[in-house]
Amino acid sequence: MTAEHGQMTEYNFAYLDEQTKRMIRRAILKGLAIPGYQVPFASREMPMPYGWGTGGVQVSAATLTPEDRFKVIDQGADDTTNAVSIRKFFERTAGVETTEETAQATVIQTRHRIPEMPLTEDQILVYQVPIPEPLRFLEPRETETRKMHSLEEYGLMHVKLYEDIARHGAIATSYAYPVKVAGRYVMDPSPIPKFDNPKMEMAAIQLFGAGREQRIYALPPWTPVVSLDFEDYPFEPSKADHPCDLCGAEDSYLDEVILDDAGGRMFVCSDTDYCRSRREAGHAGRLSEEAA
Amino acid sequence: MYVAVKGGERAIENAHAWLAEERRGDPGVAELSLGQIREQLSLAVNRVMAEGSLYDPDLAALAIKQARGDLIEAIFLIRAYRTTLPRFGATEPLDTGEMACDRRISATFKDAPGGQVLGPTFDYTHRLLDFKLAAEGGEPNAPQAEPREAPMPHITGFLQGEGLIQQEADSGAAPRDLTREPLEFPADRPLRLQSLTRGDEGFILGMAYSTQRGYARNHAFVGELRIGTCAVEMEIPELGFAIEIGEVELTECETVNQFTGSKTEPPQFTRGYGLVFGQSERKSIAMALVDRALRWKELGEDDTGAPAQDEEFVLSHSDNIQATGFLEHIKLPHYVDFQSELELVRKLRREAQVSHREAAE
Repeated sequence: MTAEHGQMTEYNFAYLDEQTKRMIRRAILKGLAIPGYQVPFASREMPMPYGWGTGGVQVSAATLTPEDRFKVIDQGADDTTNAVSIRKFFERTAGVETTEETAQATVIQTRHRIPEMPLTEDQILVYQVPIPEPLRFLEPRETETRKMHSLEEYGLMHVKLYEDIARHGAIATSYAYPVKVAGRYVMDPSPIPKFDNPKMEMAAIQLFGAGREQRIYALPPWTPVVSLDFEDYPFEPSKADHPCDLCGAEDSYLDEVILDDAGGRMFVCSDTDYCRSRREAGHAGRLSEEAA
Repeated sequence: MYVAVKGGERAIENAHAWLAEERRGDPGVAELSLGQIREQLSLAVNRVMAEGSLYDPDLAALAIKQARGDLIEAIFLIRAYRTTLPRFGATEPLDTGEMACDRRISATFKDAPGGQVLGPTFDYTHRLLDFKLAAEGGEPNAPQAEPREAPMPHITGFLQGEGLIQQEADSGAAPRDLTREPLEFPADRPLRLQSLTRGDEGFILGMAYSTQRGYARNHAFVGELRIGTCAVEMEIPELGFAIEIGEVELTECETVNQFTGSKTEPPQFTRGYGLVFGQSERKSIAMALVDRALRWKELGEDDTGAPAQDEEFVLSHSDNIQATGFLEHIKLPHYVDFQSELELVRKLRREAQVSHREAAE
């Protein structure tokens, strides 16, 4: 055996073999049948590291068909390094068309954001999930948390939120904000900012893949998704209190960019496609001339 | 300004090109061949095969070369390759009693049939840098002897004859496959052993060491440690019988542990078991100690709360490919989450200042 082994020139469509894809599809279907339930699956080693989107990549690989148009975002942007890397992986192994336009994509793999533009019933949103268990930081043991889910025993989570209020005067969770889906399972929405939580009741199918933790879960279209809160401390989605400095959008989630060492900063849409399409439509922000 | 985050694609390509250049190092120095790595860095090759769960010294050598000697990176390359390989079937269980041993020692008996065979060990070398190797190694010649023809009996077999060591029952069930099914808890012993044998050597070593220092102490004697090659046989459906398809080098360790008996068991020794690809002595001894510590429930021992007794803790954190991936993923951009934290901290500070002012007024 020689070095030829290492140079694979032929891949099965979307890298994974058909048996593995079938196994993943079964897990996805089970997940869709029980919204918010974490389905164990035999996650494979992928040619990118665990923790870098291997769950999302496996779900995308099992979901893609040759006719699909694929979009990958990380932090809302198509051109962040890991999004580029994953997009190239599927260009190479599946040969599918890729796009940066949200509306044009049939499958969107995301890390940490939901696109600003509402998704349609013809689209699938695939989330990369680092820690799928919403109770993990309250109870490290999987045997315990699975028991808590099966008994619908979520008191611990409410105590945690209450303690936040007692200590800080507000619920001190700003991303990966826990939700209850279809009135049953408490679910981790992946580390999206809580600004995105209300968007999760959507027309598209949402699939969540956690490769290292070997879990898949899912939300069918229009599944009720409620962010946990209290009557007197209602859930509040939040974002930087500015318009976008490039496109002027007031309704989009913003990234803060430090401009100089004198405290100068600008706020720009984290969703790069949303920002670009608004600018192309003639919208302008405070710094749009300068940035052009 | 904002454009600075663009160009990720070109940056990645350039980084890869630079990496390739660094991997090669000074072009004035001869390039390493895979044969050199396989033959002269064989213990690194063995570790990559063991933790990569793939027995192929040439591929392991390639992975080590490609990874610039970073063994965890090399193990990752092997795992990612391994997962793409088709499965033709399972081999017959190996009979380590038939092993052609290069090394076989027992710490529990001064002598036993088959004798103590030191083999190629570092054990009694003085750890003094050999500056002669820096110049040229030469071609060392070891004295030869006739190989032993008869199989080397297992030391624990002698204890078993007297009923002094716990008999391991063969359930007859096909073990679950860690690489094809998700790891779920509680895990049974075959699954735990699979996980330990591909677990990170450093992690397993640390866990084993902790048991020696009193965190779930189960005083272990090395009943036997053997290194050698075993034939791998597989039943070919078209033939209807098993044929030898190759051989693998293995290290096997059986520990003999104290056990005072319980309500249900008469006093007996118990055992821990380690089996690892290649010459991987440290790993197999460590594996046996951790295996033994994880058996506390089955043997009616107390849960002392020690990390090495906690199968969720040990098995969930022993895989260095999972660990290194998740650890290093925090290098990836997290500015969306950080932004939401920024907003939250600013808001909480604003509210705290207002209430502070109100209190002062």
